[in-house]
Amino acid sequence: MQYETVIGLETHAQFHTRSKMFCGCKTDFGAPPNTQTCPVCQGLPGTLPVVNRTAVELGLRAALALRCHIAPVTQFDRKNYFYPDLPKNYQVSQNYHNLGVDGRLEIEVDGQTRKVGIWNVHLEEDAGKLEHPEDTGANYTAIDLNRAGTPLLEIVSAPDMRSADEANAYMNELAAILRHLGISDCKMQEGSLRFEAGISVRAVGGEEFGNRVEVKNLNSMSAVVKAIEHERHRQVAVLESGGTVPSQTMLWDVQREVTEPMRSKEEAKDYRYFPEPDLVPIEISPEWLDQVREQMSELPAVRRKRFIAELDLPPYDAGVIVEQKPIADYFEQTVEQGVEPKTAANWMMGEVMRVLNERQCEIDDLPVSPPMLAELIGLVTDDRISNSVGKTVFSEMCSSGKKAGEIVEEKGLAQISDSGELEAVVKQVLADHPDAVADLESGKQQAKGFLIGQIMRATRGKANPKLAGELIDRLTGD
Amino acid sequence: MTRITTDTVEQVADLSKLILSDEELAGFQEQLDKIIGYFEVLNSLDTTGVEPLAHPLDLRNVFRQDTVEDSAPREDALANAPDKTDEAYKVPVVIESS
Ligand SMILES: [Zn+2]
Repeated sequence: MQYETVIGLETHAQFHTRSKMFCGCKTDFGAPPNTQTCPVCQGLPGTLPVVNRTAVELGLRAALALRCHIAPVTQFDRKNYFYPDLPKNYQVSQNYHNLGVDGRLEIEVDGQTRKVGIWNVHLEEDAGKLEHPEDTGANYTAIDLNRAGTPLLEIVSAPDMRSADEANAYMNELAAILRHLGISDCKMQEGSLRFEAGISVRAVGGEEFGNRVEVKNLNSMSAVVKAIEHERHRQVAVLESGGTVPSQTMLWDVQREVTEPMRSKEEAKDYRYFPEPDLVPIEISPEWLDQVREQMSELPAVRRKRFIAELDLPPYDAGVIVEQKPIADYFEQTVEQGVEPKTAANWMMGEVMRVLNERQCEIDDLPVSPPMLAELIGLVTDDRISNSVGKTVFSEMCSSGKKAGEIVEEKGLAQISDSGELEAVVKQVLADHPDAVADLESGKQQAKGFLIGQIMRATRGKANPKLAGELIDRLTGD
Repeated sequence: MTRITTDTVEQVADLSKLILSDEELAGFQEQLDKIIGYFEVLNSLDTTGVEPLAHPLDLRNVFRQDTVEDSAPREDALANAPDKTDEAYKVPVVIESS
């Protein structure tokens, strides 16, 4: 039998706010344990929460970007459960009047556009963190409440995805939107973006969904993709052997790359939601929504389309560049300096991203501004320096913050485009490699590539390759 | 008619992490049943067309700005904990990861 996988994703994104959802504690990642807490986020009796307005506005941006119906009046509810990382024994969340409902996200897989339904977008607060001590003999769990009360956005998709590829496209598009609109920094390694996957399989064309397995502890997009593949195989095997897949919650084991049933007693999910009496409702007026809309920058999908249509970028390039807003902004500013878009894109995807990777830094940390990059690219396109020298100059610019022209001047890197000056070098190289010259004269064109390589070497990359080729042709009497 | 059975009381006790003796179960069953009974009075009212009330106060949109305020010193935060390390609250081992 042919099976299809049915996937829905729950996404939690920490808002990019300075302070927590209901109190003024910082939300910085990596602070010493329990140094960013107060009576409100410690859940002490007698305290009162007050809503962070920025978190609501960032949530509205997400709801608008995901084409949700926005609730005219929204409110918080208490989700009750006991767990040591939850100091109040309830999480302030939304259940009855979500911020946004019935939205959608368009994704592209293999050149096909698909719509994934968004059931709801709502606001809530994060829980604390449990730390299991390193020394194996320790018989306790430590709790750090720094994260407790951090503003969270939850996005619940419909079970509209049918493959790991589609889930991957969904996650990437969602993260691009959240980053572009300044909603979340989406750093998975810091836990500011987390996923839970609901996965089931059914016979192709079936109408009923299979029993749903919820997979938690997915700490990267690749973990989500692997967990979907793993669950698909596991569930199909169960069905093929005549069994039934039980509905259950499983944890992803990152090391072994398998799903494991949760070891704790599977508690009947009875969260006894009720309206949070400590918080008053939030009314979202059309005027407020308009203000939020005005603050929203262009969505990544729109920007990609614009780069393809107006700047003539290949779709692949547009996809890579638009993934991160600062990169896309930088690219656009470089193009505004008069650089041909495809050339600018090549530099962004090549040297710029290579340096960012190597230094593990953000583009805003580079001392090279878009006009400086444009100047460098100009030197290469005008044949003042060769492409390979251009790369060296870029690295130098990133280290010293100097302008391309200065570096070229200082180090004497200007391309040798004067045939008289280059002719001497070419003659020497030809004299040094009689075998290659003989090969070339007998019609082996690859010998020419070798000779140009030697000329580049002799001139430390400064030779104009086109001119060098012409000189070889002339001097070998071709 | 009994609205609250001992099974319901057991379930509620379990959710509340309470361990009740059989006598207590029976006692609470009777008490809870009476309390729920009072709500029947409310149920007798015709509320057709009345929107459920989200909040008893006629207040909307109470916000704070996204500004950082001082947090509590860690010693104060941990002062009430029955068990702690120098920097964290201590609880019995929790197996599953969060
Ligand atoms: Zn706090």
